Amino acid sequence: MWVEKTEPGTGRVNKRVKIGFIISLSALVLLMFSCRREDRDFRATQASQVANVVPDSQLHPGGPLPNGGQVNPGELTAATNLQNPFQGNAYAISEGQRLFTWYNCSGCHANGGGGIGPALNDSTWLYGGQPANIFESISKGRPNGMPAWGPKIPEYQIWQLVTFVQSLSGAEPRTATPGRPDSMANGTLQPKGAGNPR
Amino acid sequence: MKTSFRFSAKAGYIVLLTIIFLTQLSCKGIQSALDPAGPESGRINNLWWLLFGVCAVVFILVITFLFYALAHARRYKDGAPIGIDAQKKMTRNISICVAITVIILFVFLVASLTIGKSIYTNSSPDVLTIEVVGHQWWWEVHYPTDEASKRVVTANEIHIPVGQPVRLRLSSGDVIHSFWVPNLQGKMDLIPMHLNSEWIKADHPGVFRGQCAEFCGHQHAHMSLLVIAEPQDQFNAWMDQQRQSTNTPSDPVLQRGQHVFLSSTCILCHTIRGTLANGTNAPDLTHLASRQTIAAGTLPNNRGYLSGWVVDSQSIKPGNKMPPNHLNPDDLQALLTYLESLK
Amino acid sequence: MSTELIEPTATDPAFEREQRDRRELEKTWASEPGILSWLTPTTHHIIGKRYIITAFVFMLLGGIEALMVRIQLWRPENHFLGPDLYNQTFTMHGTTMMFLFAVPVMEGMAIYFVPMMIGTRNVAFPRLNAFAYYLYVIGGIFLYVGFFTNTGADAGWFSYVPLSGPAFSPGKRVDFWAQMITFTEFSGLISAVELVATIFKLRAPGMSLNRIPLFVWAMLVQSFMVIFAMPAVMIASTFLLMDRTVGTHFFNPAEGGDPLMWQHIFWFFGHPEVYIIFIPALGMVSTVVSAFTKRPVFGYTAMVLSLIATAFIGFGLWVHHMFATGLPQLGASFFTAASMMIAIPSGVQIFCWLATLWSGRITMKTPLLYICGFIFIFVIGGLTGVMIASVPFDLQAHDTFFIVAHFHYVLIGGAVFPLIGAIYYWYPKFTGRMYDEYLGKWSFWIIFIGFNITFFPMHILGLKGMPRRVYTYPAYMGWTWLNQLVTIGAVIIAVGGIIFLVNVFISAKSGAIAGPDPWAAPTLEWSISSPPPKYNFVYIPTVRSESALWTRTNDEPVITGVRTDRREVLATRILDAEPDHRYPIAGASIWPLITSLTVAFGFIGSVFFPSWIFWGAGLTVFAFVGWFWPKRTHNEQPEAAR
Repeated sequence: MWVEKTEPGTGRVNKRVKIGFIISLSALVLLMFSCRREDRDFRATQASQVANVVPDSQLHPGGPLPNGGQVNPGELTAATNLQNPFQGNAYAISEGQRLFTWYNCSGCHANGGGGIGPALNDSTWLYGGQPANIFESISKGRPNGMPAWGPKIPEYQIWQLVTFVQSLSGAEPRTATPGRPDSMANGTLQPKGAGNPR
Repeated sequence: MKTSFRFSAKAGYIVLLTIIFLTQLSCKGIQSALDPAGPESGRINNLWWLLFGVCAVVFILVITFLFYALAHARRYKDGAPIGIDAQKKMTRNISICVAITVIILFVFLVASLTIGKSIYTNSSPDVLTIEVVGHQWWWEVHYPTDEASKRVVTANEIHIPVGQPVRLRLSSGDVIHSFWVPNLQGKMDLIPMHLNSEWIKADHPGVFRGQCAEFCGHQHAHMSLLVIAEPQDQFNAWMDQQRQSTNTPSDPVLQRGQHVFLSSTCILCHTIRGTLANGTNAPDLTHLASRQTIAAGTLPNNRGYLSGWVVDSQSIKPGNKMPPNHLNPDDLQALLTYLESLK
Repeated sequence: MSTELIEPTATDPAFEREQRDRRELEKTWASEPGILSWLTPTTHHIIGKRYIITAFVFMLLGGIEALMVRIQLWRPENHFLGPDLYNQTFTMHGTTMMFLFAVPVMEGMAIYFVPMMIGTRNVAFPRLNAFAYYLYVIGGIFLYVGFFTNTGADAGWFSYVPLSGPAFSPGKRVDFWAQMITFTEFSGLISAVELVATIFKLRAPGMSLNRIPLFVWAMLVQSFMVIFAMPAVMIASTFLLMDRTVGTHFFNPAEGGDPLMWQHIFWFFGHPEVYIIFIPALGMVSTVVSAFTKRPVFGYTAMVLSLIATAFIGFGLWVHHMFATGLPQLGASFFTAASMMIAIPSGVQIFCWLATLWSGRITMKTPLLYICGFIFIFVIGGLTGVMIASVPFDLQAHDTFFIVAHFHYVLIGGAVFPLIGAIYYWYPKFTGRMYDEYLGKWSFWIIFIGFNITFFPMHILGLKGMPRRVYTYPAYMGWTWLNQLVTIGAVIIAVGGIIFLVNVFISAKSGAIAGPDPWAAPTLEWSISSPPPKYNFVYIPTVRSESALWTRTNDEPVITGVRTDRREVLATRILDAEPDHRYPIAGASIWPLITSLTVAFGFIGSVFFPSWIFWGAGLTVFAFVGWFWPKRTHNEQPEAAR
């Protein structure tokens, strides 16, 4: 069945082998070209330090700073890399979305629409809308109430938040951004089946 | 002809012995469904042996007949057509076999429904309720009570008194998980926005291991828990201890450790009652040192493993939600000493 | 008896006419020349073979994925595959085997053999047949392009929400999976419609409903199941895709949706799916048993009714996949009863086959060996199925390796063993040569023993508490040596599979030449040459019983009025297959390929840019215009047969 009734000398088998070879080669090429969008690099966290910066804001999430807020001048560092390493990465956007909820960014920024804090899903950026600017806003804090997160959370998490915030205003590719979060309802819903077991 | 029948009978006998031998291997063990420690799992265990016994016999009969048929199939020579009598006999035999099948299935059905009802009901009025909320990839455990000061919140470890029916109220904070402690009961799914329930009861003291049984993402394999059944007085002592919150430590190392905890990333997700740390995204650490395992049953709870977990949980449970924490060595040691003091 | 056996005399007018008709048929049914012979064929042999070969390629890929999983599980805390790649691998394994191998290979066997077995020249809608194949292969390639670019589906082959929803499965992985479903299930639906029309309307005169070969009955029943089941999964996967890309809330509990609804809709398809895979295999078992016991299968009516009963009851079982979700007990009990009840028709079939074996003259060749393997393995799988039909026991066994063992026993034992047996049986018909019997028997025993070493210990692992889909396990659980045994068994199966493939390849070149009927088998495909001509029969045969060739007389009438200068088939009435009219069918055409490309454009594009579905639809309209553009010959009225 692999060799149809071949007339002698048509070389049909050879043609099939050639095509199979081309297909396998393309598959291998694709293997090397892995999609950045889909990377899930759990180990990229390895190099990330908590950013040791001079905060712009005196507000700090979760209370006191390490070392009582003292920063040794010799240890001042800016973000180690002002390029967003997670640009276009779907996993980072998803993690950023999770951290946005976990760290209660929604408390001031709602789901991007703003409230106490400014809206994040429009094109108005008080302190700049480039990834580096947003990084510094989160890391160092800003006047008028934005806390400094840098001393408290690792750099890679700040970049994940940056990527998510960018996705709110459509600056990230649509293919990497989820269509919707899993919970948008206001208030709480009663879980189903509340009551005694049968 | 006779020898091949004897051969097929012997083969069936060997198969039966092999099956019995293999199943004997599975009887005992932590997290084994065939090592029941409570009435629910005990009844399921009995049902299993009924099902297995009958099915094994059926299987042996079918295969024996297959061998017999293969050995005796040359009785009709040269394509002589089957006579009407032989045909009627075969029809009758098949009908008898089908009737036996129906009866067996009916027996199974009744057994299954009866036992099913019994594992879902409880007539005792004395019930302890425990709420479990599943997260990626840990178990949040509450012992609800009306008095706020008597609430117990812990993670990945459940204590129950021996002999007491316990009602588990199960839900999920993200995806579908499944609560399964085979020694005690069948499994029940934890579904977001659904509240499921099941009964467990331990007949004797012991430590029973459970594991999430619904694929829930990267670390589904490392989402286990312990159910510890202990005598009533030990259970009461445990509850009293869990109800207490922490005091400000007087020892300078512990103070330093607490300071490290409160000024690092930890405070954003974890709770230690009695301090400013009130994060609800991650396990409650108020009595961390009283638990036997950390990381949802993945690691034993001792200083070495705890240190590795705090510093780089991603190399132990890649993809889990806790970031690595690069602390300087003195801070780390102080933190560990502090965490070890949270009994 | 075919006309080929008549001793020709130089001036025999019947022989002269037959030769002339044969030459004309060769011309009418020939492929287009050159590259078009690859892009335009619509004869069912070529499409059927393509299905089968493509399905086996996917089976190899799925097998490699299985071996990767087993290597990772060789020992505790292994680092062969990390959790992310492991999740992709086991998902791809399940998805490939269920969607890209099991159903298409059965469709392929049916498309190849059903027209021959019912005595017609081609399927009812040849271009639609080709279109279905192209959709299937495009969908499969699409999924694998995803896998090779780190975009492999990773939420399990049944992809439960909320894990597979937008919040917990970032990126395009699950979108690729969902759209592949659309391709392959659409393809399956088309093939099913094709087979129903062919089996109902194109049978040879005399082949009334009670004379249809059991394999054809199985395909008819399976096709009806497909028609009712596939739309459910297409709807589910479309809902999921919409939730993920355009912000609907079908499965979002916070906004009124329900994650359980996914499970209901999916399993409403998912349970019939396994019977869709299994029922054709039952037909193959009947075929092989009948041929190798030299007697028709005992209890034809009971066999047909069992197939139909299995199909009906199979739609009423789906909740048994959801016993652990907290559904009300009373409702679950119905599904326990139905899940146990479905053992009865399967039991009837097994008893009838045993009776056939007992009362026949057995030739123990490789195909029959595989059928014996089927009985052994499938009975175990069916019995464990009855066990897990009971809710309390299922609450312990669900989502553990006990279930993995159960479904591999019923799927491999119940579908793959009969499939391999049928491939050996029909090998001479496919290739014109006999396979090597020695290699065949060796491949059977190695696969059979390897299978049991692989999957029997999984029952024990499940009862000892090992859940499914875990990428590793702790050393202190005591599961290690059983896992190692399982991995060794998997390697043994691979060795047996390689022997099977070697046998297939080598025998194609150097096997003994097989004539039209090496087995002296009863069904119509054995009355034509091996491999068969593209038009199958020079003259449409007539039949007088279910075992057509065994009851054929010397002067069996044939139909001679079907035209040979264009592609035509004889349509007959549904119940009694009386000739009704002649029906011209399409020849070779490029339009199925073009239409499949426009549809693929819409489906694949919409994964990335949702609006592209509309552009694809527009292009498809143009493709349909080309497809249905009337040809001159179709204007003629079909002439009523006399």
